[in-house]
Amino acid sequence: MVAKKLNLKDKYRALTRDLDWDYDYSDRKKAFPYEEFEGIKITDWSKWEDPFRLTMDAYWKYQAEKEKKLYAIFDAFSQNNGHLNVTDARYVNAIKVFLTGVSPLEYQAFQGYAHVGRQFGGAGARVACQMQSIDELRHVQTQVHAMSHYNKFFDGFQDWTHMHDRVWYLSVPKSFFDDARSAGPFEFLIAISFSFEYVLTNLLFVPFMSGAAHNGDMATCTFGFSAQSDEARHMTLGLEIIKFLLEQHEDNVPIVQKWIDKWFWRGTRLLAIVAMMMDYMLPNKVMSWKEAWEVYFEDAGGALFKDLARYGIRMPKFVETTAKEKEHISHQAWWIFYTHGHAAGFHTWIPSDEELDWLSEKYPDTFDKYYRPRWELAKEMEARGERFYTKALPQLCTTCQIPMGFTEMDNPTQIAYRSSDYEGEKYHFCSDGCKHIFDQEPEKYVQSWLPVHQIYQGNCGGANVEEVLRDYYKMNLGEDNMDFKGSSDEKRWNEWKRKGVA
Amino acid sequence: MTIEIKTATLQPIRNTFANIERRFGDKPASRYQEATYDLQGEANFHYRPLWQPQYELNDKSRTKIKMNDWYDLKDPRQFYYGTYVQQRAKHQEATETNYSFFEKRGLAEHLSEEVKSYLLTYLIPLRHVEHTANLNNMYGCAFGYGTAITQALLYNAMDRLGNAQYLSRIGLLLDGNSAESLTTAKQEWLKNPVWQPMRALCEEMTTVEDWFEVFIAQDLVVDTLIFNLFYSQLDEKLASMGARDIALLTEFMQVWNKDSSRWLDSVLKTVASESEDNSALLGEWVQRWRKKTLEALKPVVASMLDNSDALSIADASLEERLTKIGITY
Ligand SMILES: [Fe+2]
Ligand SMILES: [Fe+2]
Ligand SMILES: [Zn+2]
Repeated sequence: MVAKKLNLKDKYRALTRDLDWDYDYSDRKKAFPYEEFEGIKITDWSKWEDPFRLTMDAYWKYQAEKEKKLYAIFDAFSQNNGHLNVTDARYVNAIKVFLTGVSPLEYQAFQGYAHVGRQFGGAGARVACQMQSIDELRHVQTQVHAMSHYNKFFDGFQDWTHMHDRVWYLSVPKSFFDDARSAGPFEFLIAISFSFEYVLTNLLFVPFMSGAAHNGDMATCTFGFSAQSDEARHMTLGLEIIKFLLEQHEDNVPIVQKWIDKWFWRGTRLLAIVAMMMDYMLPNKVMSWKEAWEVYFEDAGGALFKDLARYGIRMPKFVETTAKEKEHISHQAWWIFYTHGHAAGFHTWIPSDEELDWLSEKYPDTFDKYYRPRWELAKEMEARGERFYTKALPQLCTTCQIPMGFTEMDNPTQIAYRSSDYEGEKYHFCSDGCKHIFDQEPEKYVQSWLPVHQIYQGNCGGANVEEVLRDYYKMNLGEDNMDFKGSSDEKRWNEWKRKGVA
Repeated sequence: MTIEIKTATLQPIRNTFANIERRFGDKPASRYQEATYDLQGEANFHYRPLWQPQYELNDKSRTKIKMNDWYDLKDPRQFYYGTYVQQRAKHQEATETNYSFFEKRGLAEHLSEEVKSYLLTYLIPLRHVEHTANLNNMYGCAFGYGTAITQALLYNAMDRLGNAQYLSRIGLLLDGNSAESLTTAKQEWLKNPVWQPMRALCEEMTTVEDWFEVFIAQDLVVDTLIFNLFYSQLDEKLASMGARDIALLTEFMQVWNKDSSRWLDSVLKTVASESEDNSALLGEWVQRWRKKTLEALKPVVASMLDNSDALSIADASLEERLTKIGITY
């Protein structure tokens, strides 16, 4: 009798999940101990559908081809001083934010997927997570290598990992990923694979990568496009995990919904940085944040949630608020950084007149009414030699850790304050969304390492802000921070231009 | 617009990142250095893991081993992702040639039934040992400290998945892609009494808490013994049975083992020479797992190899390695 040949699906199973077996000698729960505490019910791991089928030999081969091409471009980029081709030196601040704020998250993704890639009891899911883990390591490393050349010619890149662990605004992305990694394995996947990689990723990567393409940044553009086929795999994992959990047991539905609500809001807060980058930091604009939100969340996300309705999943909580926030968030965020520009590791500036006009055009209902007057005032002050910096340290939202500068969305002149009491202490929030997240898990969020609190408590080395920036953050004061106007970055750039190289 | 410029006109303002400069001085750095040192978060973690509240997210105390600087455990192969995948891609290309040669020439048909059943009983079940090694290296990757060691453990884990897949493909070559041989070999693994102590050992390793102990048990003790017994002694035995061609199919594992040993020996040498305490711990773990593993391998080796010294030969290769690394007890 000739046995039947395996089809591709079964062959992949034979090469992955079939390697595992049911334990007889040790307690399997001791080997995979974290699968139950979140309340998720897995009745049958064999129902897991492999989101992609890639054996290691194929993985090595494809990825090596991609790396070869990518590094050839990096080499050419530095040999030809590719940094001189960017639109203008202000642009480089966008990728300073990327290296200090986003690349360390790629690292945390590598760690998070390594953890679940060990801990899931289903071998199919483990292998998919392991592959994502090594991809994410690729992302952080190729990003460092892409930025390595910029670091040699611009300020603010040099201490990216040290800064990520300490600097006040970088606690926004850091706490986001700490939150996901400290959660259980299923929440981690809903947070990162589904809510972030599947629902929101286009709002992070498309803006940065098209921003790079529009602004002559070959290095960033190349690693971005090279990572795209990895991301396509990651998105399929995001879709599989949600379907799998929802199909395994109906009791999983409310738990998953709670996580979607939480991670959607947490994600939109993280994206405030991208919003300001798109509207204010790119000399050549791609599209406005508002447009990006409409295309990549409202249209694409709307269709997705319609699809998930059959499982009993609804749109994330507070989604109505985001429809209003898209008009305001980028302006408010850049204002926070502009006014705290002395304490930021990158440069800030007042938009040029053409840029102000572009913003007026893109935000007809809000910009002229609420934001343009501020910039006109800032311009006047700057012209008088009184560039404005807020000396006071901002209060931070306990959940998202963004300074409390966002307003009520129905009254954009009123800063939004929310608070909760927990065990005799008061905690402050920037929004209903952040308060809600805290109230669901106060014992988690009371642990937040809030940079401003920490400075006041004397845990950041210095007696005053300047010492904290210089000694604890290791910023080169007068080089990394302050306005772009008058910065060393600007001076060098003008010098290259004068010599006719840039 | 692309501009031709003379590089000489541009003076860089720094040679490398500040953390690299603090470690190695103000000079150009290698890609390995920039992609490895200090990448992992070190301070100010926001929340304790719900799944291990006794630890921080990244925590040195997940092992009893103590290093003044975990980045001392650098990889002599200087593998970061790009160099790693390119190295393995080369290696898999050569392997692919071997596998298609084997297939095209119909070499499987020349194997005697005795050899085939030998492979199903003794060689193919190793895919389950490799799977255990995948889990154990992922464990160290997730719970270890510092990118120097954790990235290397990830590469190792993925390699082990690759090894398991190559072993599985040997089965598929024998059964004409029906996976029958994999089913048979898995039954051997699950039911054959000679394998049960080894299976129990594999299961046990995945329940050990200290990630460095797991690393020692798997990558040093079990791997050294297994590689000697299965890829050297079994290989010879197969050759004597007229199945020299099988070596074509296990070459990947042979080459891999060499490559991986270079890294492992260097890392363990550094750990052992760091302190007396480390060295004593390594000794203690080696002693425990050496005894267990020799015990666990006894029945399968006795039925697989005629040489009654087979196990002591493997053990001698472990002893030699321990001496080289500097682990004594
Ligand atoms: Fe990534
Ligand atoms: Fe990703
Ligand atoms: Zn908030």
